[in-house]
Amino acid sequence: MKKQGLLNFSASALAVICGLVFGLVILLCTNPAQALPGLGIILKGGFADGMSGFGYMLYIATPIIMTGLSVGFAFRTGLFNIGASGQFTMGAFVAVYIGINWTWLPPQIHWIVALLGAAVGGAVWGLVPGILKAFRNVNEVISCIMMNYIGMYLVNHMIQSLIYDPLRSQTQPVSAGANIPKAGLDQLFSSNNLNIGILIAVVFVVLIYILIEKTTFGFELKACGMNRNASKYAGISVKKSLAMSMVIAGALAGIGGALMYLAGSGKYMQVLDVLSPEGFNGISVALLGLSNPIGILFAGIFIGYITVGGNNLQLLNFGPEIIDIIIAAIIYCGAFSLLFKHLIGKLIKRTKKEEESV
Amino acid sequence: MEYVIEMNHITKEFGNFKANDDITLQVKKGEIHALLGENGAGKSTLMSVLFGLYRPEKGEIKIHGRPVKIDNPNAANELGIGMVHQHFKLVHNFTVLESIVLGRETVKRGFLNMDEARKKIVALSERYKFQIDPDALISDITVGMQQRVEILKMLYCDNELLIFDEPTAVLTPQEIEELMKIMVQLVQEGKSIIFITHKLNEIKAVANRCTVLRKGKYIGTIEVADTSKEGMSEMMVGRKVNFVPEKKAQTPGDPVLEVEHLTIRSKHTGKNIVADVSFQVKRGEIVCIAGIDGNGQSELVSGITGLIPITGGKISLNGKDVTKESIRRKCIEGFAHIPEDRHKYGLVLDYSLQENLVLQSYYEKRFQKHGFLQFGAIRDYAQDLIQKFDIRSAHGATSVARGMSGGNQQKAIIARELDRNPEIVVAVQPVRGLDVGAIEYVHSQLIRQRDEGKAVLLVSFELDEVMDVSDRILVMFEGEIVADVRPEDVTIQELGLYMAGTKRRA
Ligand SMILES: Nc1ncnc2c1ncn2[C@@H]1O[C@H](COP(=O)(O)OP(=O)(O)OP(=O)(O)O)[C@@H](O)[C@H]1O
Ligand SMILES: [Mg+2]
Repeated sequence: MKKQGLLNFSASALAVICGLVFGLVILLCTNPAQALPGLGIILKGGFADGMSGFGYMLYIATPIIMTGLSVGFAFRTGLFNIGASGQFTMGAFVAVYIGINWTWLPPQIHWIVALLGAAVGGAVWGLVPGILKAFRNVNEVISCIMMNYIGMYLVNHMIQSLIYDPLRSQTQPVSAGANIPKAGLDQLFSSNNLNIGILIAVVFVVLIYILIEKTTFGFELKACGMNRNASKYAGISVKKSLAMSMVIAGALAGIGGALMYLAGSGKYMQVLDVLSPEGFNGISVALLGLSNPIGILFAGIFIGYITVGGNNLQLLNFGPEIIDIIIAAIIYCGAFSLLFKHLIGKLIKRTKKEEESV
Repeated sequence: MEYVIEMNHITKEFGNFKANDDITLQVKKGEIHALLGENGAGKSTLMSVLFGLYRPEKGEIKIHGRPVKIDNPNAANELGIGMVHQHFKLVHNFTVLESIVLGRETVKRGFLNMDEARKKIVALSERYKFQIDPDALISDITVGMQQRVEILKMLYCDNELLIFDEPTAVLTPQEIEELMKIMVQLVQEGKSIIFITHKLNEIKAVANRCTVLRKGKYIGTIEVADTSKEGMSEMMVGRKVNFVPEKKAQTPGDPVLEVEHLTIRSKHTGKNIVADVSFQVKRGEIVCIAGIDGNGQSELVSGITGLIPITGGKISLNGKDVTKESIRRKCIEGFAHIPEDRHKYGLVLDYSLQENLVLQSYYEKRFQKHGFLQFGAIRDYAQDLIQKFDIRSAHGATSVARGMSGGNQQKAIIARELDRNPEIVVAVQPVRGLDVGAIEYVHSQLIRQRDEGKAVLLVSFELDEVMDVSDRILVMFEGEIVADVRPEDVTIQELGLYMAGTKRRA
């Protein structure tokens, strides 16, 4: 078991290194003179600005840990949740709506209600592909993509008609009580953005880990993911399991949306015709973390780290597009963990054999 | 003497488990060489070594006396070695032609050139009377036909040594006979065959020599003509085996399972696959459904157990209507089901053995507390079953089911189903792929169920099994029950007539 963990870790580490090399190549192509210092800045990542950079890294990591969990969880149950983006957006909208309008709630629980609302919003957006898959055997990838677009346009429409601030062309600010408590984390890391959102994400990592590995419910979900026929034969309600997987995945992504926009960080939902990238980064996070909740936690933090480092490249006059490309290249190389896991496994076997034959 | 293939002192380990321990196998040109051994003896492993799927820790392989290294299946192919796997896997939405050519496409200016391939395949198919349509989809043809596709694949590559890993386990008796004719024709043309089977009759019928393995070790090689079936089985199991199960007379009691007017209509053709079938299985009775594969037996069983929806009819268990109950409820009320396809239905291959052993009972009080699995209890239970049913695997309860030998996978399913103490056991081909010792054991277990006053519904294509184990035989033909007879009152020839639909007596 321990060996397996080590193998997983080294596979992910190799994927990361591969991504960094790739990033370096891009740096070399665009600005050879500054390439090495550039790489240095990326590597320094979240540590470049002391504690505040670290706080910022955690802030960026929080939502993608949630979408990563969403994708990874669905993956363990045999579903490819490419709809995390739409679920994220729906969750974010519900959270912001509650945050702006339900001011009659006392501040201690306002944010909690907003989070719950986000979970429900995301869950509904996951439920639709889940039900289509369970009862009509519609491929979840297709229905998830559709739900992404429906979600994006619907939310754009609802923002404009319900909670729009036309002057700033973004949503109105949420009431103070709806912001997630900072509990002193902001001072600790001297970063205004940081709040207990990261701790909430960690709690969900642990919860999902327990759910998948330790419970009868997780046993059913995994069985359905690996062999639907055998699960049916064993008396497991496959339809219910498929729908529940997507509901839980959706809720996780939805909460991710709330954690991002209730942070009091000055980030507002806008009316853009763009699918939220956090959903798709969730796929990379899940792949880099090999769909293991603990792995996903670290993968999310790593990508936060690289993103902060990448943004610091602006100091060296790299254009924002180049920076985005580099960050994306590193992130997507991370998705090759599985491949590396395979290769390392083979390599170990071979060296073992050679040792024995000597 | 010149050997086509020599495998000398082969050792193959999985972790610290020796699946092959110093095994030697020598095949002469133009012979059918049988490989015999208990479930988990290491036959498939040895063949995987020869086919380049596993690399052995020790030993050497020689072809025509020359040492060779076989690192992967492509290398094996180039050396003229082809293999039909125990659980063969073809791409389901490919055509026969595409499946055969897959991996060795002939290309002309960057485009696939299928014409030559088609000609060659049609010619081969005619030569061996395969009656195969190159444009049929794999998913539309029977398992027997799929196997012929695998054989064609080997012939298409002009392989000289053909490995058949338990080819007959998935075939009907008719198909088996045809396959054996094909095999004989192939060796007459100078090819050599390694033939793995648990059925001694088949070895007697076609094989020249036979190598016996036991628990990963080489026991010996014998001339088939000079050795009796009893001798071979004793060599392989290490003790005497009863081929005919012992059975005391029993008077059946109240009906346990009652099926009334069960009808299942096919969605595709609109025809009734199961047409108005009614029967009972009583306490202390083993009822066997005989028939040629494809006459509605599988559907009947799937309908009874709830895997597929039924069009009409009623199913009762101990007098209670369970037609509309869920599979889980049926299971709780006393249904056990040994399914026909162990990989599709019987096991979650990526789960460990212990997880598979609690696949239907994980939610019971003894295995969970407040929704949390009790891994300790599950482990103990699994260990108990492994011991009771002699399930052999490399790492005991934690072995991943995928890595277990075919026969031991089957034993795991049987252990799980029988240990639940069911009212009725519905078993479809339960001894498929089992060695003679295990068959003896499973049959004795089914008979014990019956002696304890439980009911057994057995589906079998093998007339020997039908005659030896059952108390009553129902013959199915085109979705109907055409005969309801007792084994003492009928001859095998007569059964054959019922099965072919030329005679009925219901
Ligand atoms: N990939 C693997 N990993 C771990 N153990 C394995 C693996 N493949 C086979 N084994 C173990 O090696 C032993 C021999 O397996 P093998 O499949 O060769 O048996 P077999 O003789 O073909 O049996 P059967 O008649 O049941 O098919 C079994 O105990 C099996 O559990
Ligand atoms: Mg085998």
